[in-house]
Amino acid sequence: MVHFTPEEKAAVASLWVKVNVEVVGGESLARLLIVYPWTQRFFDSFGNLYSESAIMGNPKVKAHGRKVLNSFGNAIKHMDDLKGTFADLSELHCDKLHVDPENVRLLGNMILIVLASHFSKEFTPQMQAAWQKLTNAVASALAHKYH
Amino acid sequence: MPNGVNKGAVTAFWGKVKVDEVGAESLGRLLVVYPWTQRFFESFGDLSTAEAVFGNAKVKAHGKKVLDSFSEGLNHLDDLKGAFASLSELHCDKLHVDPENFKLLGNVLVVVLARHFGKEFTPELQAEFQKVVTGVANALAHRYH
Repeated sequence: MVHFTPEEKAAVASLWVKVNVEVVGGESLARLLIVYPWTQRFFDSFGNLYSESAIMGNPKVKAHGRKVLNSFGNAIKHMDDLKGTFADLSELHCDKLHVDPENVRLLGNMILIVLASHFSKEFTPQMQAAWQKLTNAVASALAHKYH
Repeated sequence: MPNGVNKGAVTAFWGKVKVDEVGAESLGRLLVVYPWTQRFFESFGDLSTAEAVFGNAKVKAHGKKVLDSFSEGLNHLDDLKGAFASLSELHCDKLHVDPENFKLLGNVLVVVLARHFGKEFTPELQAEFQKVVTGVANALAHRYH
């Protein structure tokens, strides 16, 4: 199980309160779809994903990005039991959505890049370390029920 | 060459990058975010805290050296494997660096560019740089045996 120190938890929480979930979530998902175009295959029903500007402006991408980042918000409240917290979502992503867990790790990396881009001062090396640990742990938790 | 890299966009953007600063910060962040990488730098002295890492002159100097090499690589996007052949042999035969760490450094570089340039580091630029850092990491791993 991943163990977060009190300092790591405090760092993550201190940045989280400043995060606009719709903006950061939408941008993170959009960047995933642009930088790793094969990920678009999971979003056939989203309509126009034919250009970077289409993806960035797509309302379904924004809405889904917000949904995904809200789920990270939930993770932040349960950093001591991520596997338990993500058990149902793990089964969903395996059994229904058929998402390769590697893509969850890539999305986590996109979240870091977007946070770095929006919060240049606050995104210290220690902040980056804490968030990298969190996103990797969430990716592991989401993969945990895969079979 | 990395698949369809927009060379013009990459080199135009790279012209704005302060290579010394970004190099030092990227290496420093690698050592803090992925602490096992410190094992390759035992001769650098104190790396025990983030403050120590970022105040360490050897980290700064080496970060600059690494990014100068990356910069030079940008002039050879058509033949990264050739451009990095000797460095690849060095990192395998003498330095014994697990090539996975090159990918990690590449990802840290992308985070640092996002931090410095904010909105200017558009998704399109991020996509181009991701291809480049992946290409450089692969080129550095190419001579491993």
